[in-house]
Amino acid sequence: MTVPLTLLGLLEREPSHGYDLKRDYDTFFGRGKPLPYGQVYSTLSRLARDGKVVVSDVEPGAGPDRKRYVITDRGATEVEHWLTEPVEPEPHLQTVLFAKVVLALMLGRPAEEYLDTQRAAHLRRMRELTEVKRAGGLVDVMLADHGLYHLEADLRWIEMAGARLDALRKAVRR
Amino acid sequence: MTVTIEARDVTFSFGETQALRGASLAVEAGEIVAVMGPSGSGKSTLLHCLAGILVPDSGEVRFGDVRLDTLGEAERSALRRDRFGFVFQFGQLVPELTAAENVALPLLLGGVRRGPALRSARAWFERLGLGGLEHRRSGELSGGQAQRVALARGLVARPQVLFADEPTGALDSLTGEEVMDLLVDTAREQGTTVVLVTHEPRVAAYADREVVVRDGRVNAPAGVGS
Ligand SMILES: Nc1ncnc2c1ncn2[C@@H]1O[C@H](COP(=O)(O)OP(=O)(O)OP(=O)(O)O)[C@@H](O)[C@H]1O
Ligand SMILES: [Mg+2]
Repeated sequence: MTVPLTLLGLLEREPSHGYDLKRDYDTFFGRGKPLPYGQVYSTLSRLARDGKVVVSDVEPGAGPDRKRYVITDRGATEVEHWLTEPVEPEPHLQTVLFAKVVLALMLGRPAEEYLDTQRAAHLRRMRELTEVKRAGGLVDVMLADHGLYHLEADLRWIEMAGARLDALRKAVRR
Repeated sequence: MTVTIEARDVTFSFGETQALRGASLAVEAGEIVAVMGPSGSGKSTLLHCLAGILVPDSGEVRFGDVRLDTLGEAERSALRRDRFGFVFQFGQLVPELTAAENVALPLLLGGVRRGPALRSARAWFERLGLGGLEHRRSGELSGGQAQRVALARGLVARPQVLFADEPTGALDSLTGEEVMDLLVDTAREQGTTVVLVTHEPRVAAYADREVVVRDGRVNAPAGVGS
């Protein structure tokens, strides 16, 4: 979902070739998950089909990597809209945690142990992200922080759930 | 790896309140361990027992080959001075002393003469981003500056073990991170073992591993050998 809009946004800076877009995407947004070339070009051709970009400067007989892409007014409007629209708050992970805790309690399984395991897994990930931060530049720091604050929010919930497990057990068991 | 500091089945009561009920924790040399857990679970009491500030009612505390729990107060106090460093939540600098004198304090107490002690202390200020503040008294420092001074005081004598109890508890996130970066960098460089009490996950994430204290006992995380 965010790949087409992110590429469009990068194009708003200046007309670019596919490989420039891929390089900038990987540098700022890919972070350990580089965008395959195939996806770059298929995304760009869909954006062209929808009139959000146009191709300029095609060299004769050139392959897709020789095309330069230029954003259209329509593409720019879409980027502007996307950048001002709030993201739907979606605490997915929390919902999974919640479902697991409640089901464990309903089924008489050890929910405490699950919470301990989940806490350990969260902290392990937080340690990795902290390493990324300590080794990296400001872009890494900001990206890792986003992950760290989300994981921390889950952990706070895990502590609350742990403290209220007995009461919750009573509330969900028939 | 050799175990530096260890509590085995330690119990401790404050009058009627049983703060530790069989707490065990072994920390290896050079390791940074976060001690987490709810308020009142016994984290600070465990830290004080490990550091020889409190003597357990039962159980053992070992520092290398030394049994801390059977040592007398004078010997424990000498050990704390010579081998351990401390940082607490509110810095606890001595208000009558300058920042540099505060940092030099463990060296002065350890018998280093004033000139060399202050020279070692001053060397810390640039690295802490506190250059120029050597002569301020603690009342003239911000919370974050005072906490960095307290950290330098905890580390200046190159302790074998640093005991830190909520060292970032009074700081905002960014200042807290600066203090933690400094703590971890210095501990790694000096090979200092660190026991770090914190209830903040982002602070615990600086450690090599975490343990959770609950009702006066220590739980190692599931799936990890303790
Ligand atoms: N000096 C004291 N006198 C009496 N009771 C005490 C004393 N210090 C601690 N306690 C009690 O011992 C228990 C453990 O306290 P401790 O300070 O070790 O908890 P903690 O895990 O460090 O909590 P916090 O996260 O709030 O600092 C608590 O019930 C506390 O009330
Ligand atoms: Mg405490």
